[in-house]
Amino acid sequence: MAEGDKATLIVHSGDFDKVYSALIIGTGALSMGMEVSMYFTFWGLERLKKNELDKGPLSRMNFLGLGKWMMKKKLKKSNVREMDKLLEDFNELGGKILACDMTMEIMGVKKEDLREEVITDYCAVGTYIKEAKESDVTLFI
Amino acid sequence: MTKSNRVDVLGETCPVPLVETRKAVRKSSPGDIIEVIGNHPESKEEIPMAVEELGLELLGIEEEGGQWKIRIKIPEED
Repeated sequence: MAEGDKATLIVHSGDFDKVYSALIIGTGALSMGMEVSMYFTFWGLERLKKNELDKGPLSRMNFLGLGKWMMKKKLKKSNVREMDKLLEDFNELGGKILACDMTMEIMGVKKEDLREEVITDYCAVGTYIKEAKESDVTLFI
Repeated sequence: MTKSNRVDVLGETCPVPLVETRKAVRKSSPGDIIEVIGNHPESKEEIPMAVEELGLELLGIEEEGGQWKIRIKIPEED
């Protein structure tokens, strides 16, 4: 194993399927022995609000929620692990969740609005860039 | 004393078999053996690859009736 293999993901989208992908890729990278951080900004930050993790719309074919409902049925049928549990796994395996300070300021989001217990740190773009510079894998979701 | 750890991921799909294997590896000590039992075909290919990436030893893969068993050894410390 190459020590210090890092993966950094920016979760910019708040869409249900995109956040799901981010969590699956994040836990996958951790499972492969990488160090992983996910930086939640803009719409992604909304998903870190209490009880909001799986509340985003489907990125395509949402059809006012009908598309999402159908997608959720398919996910359940394939026995895909629920998002909240994946986030738990992510934290258990040592992944870092970073919340964007600036997004909080712009959108008027306070720390109390967020799930503080899952957030590793609050930071700005410089921290993301520092993580990204040291990473072998950087993804914008 | 080495431990034998059993990871049951029967019925679980990607990424769960990989994730649960990783959790078991983290909780193990050098010399321990981990047995992962599942039935998701893609994970049967993925887990041996992860074993290599993580620098662990693949002891063997058995398959019977759609179920696979992958045996992994945590290397002893030098």
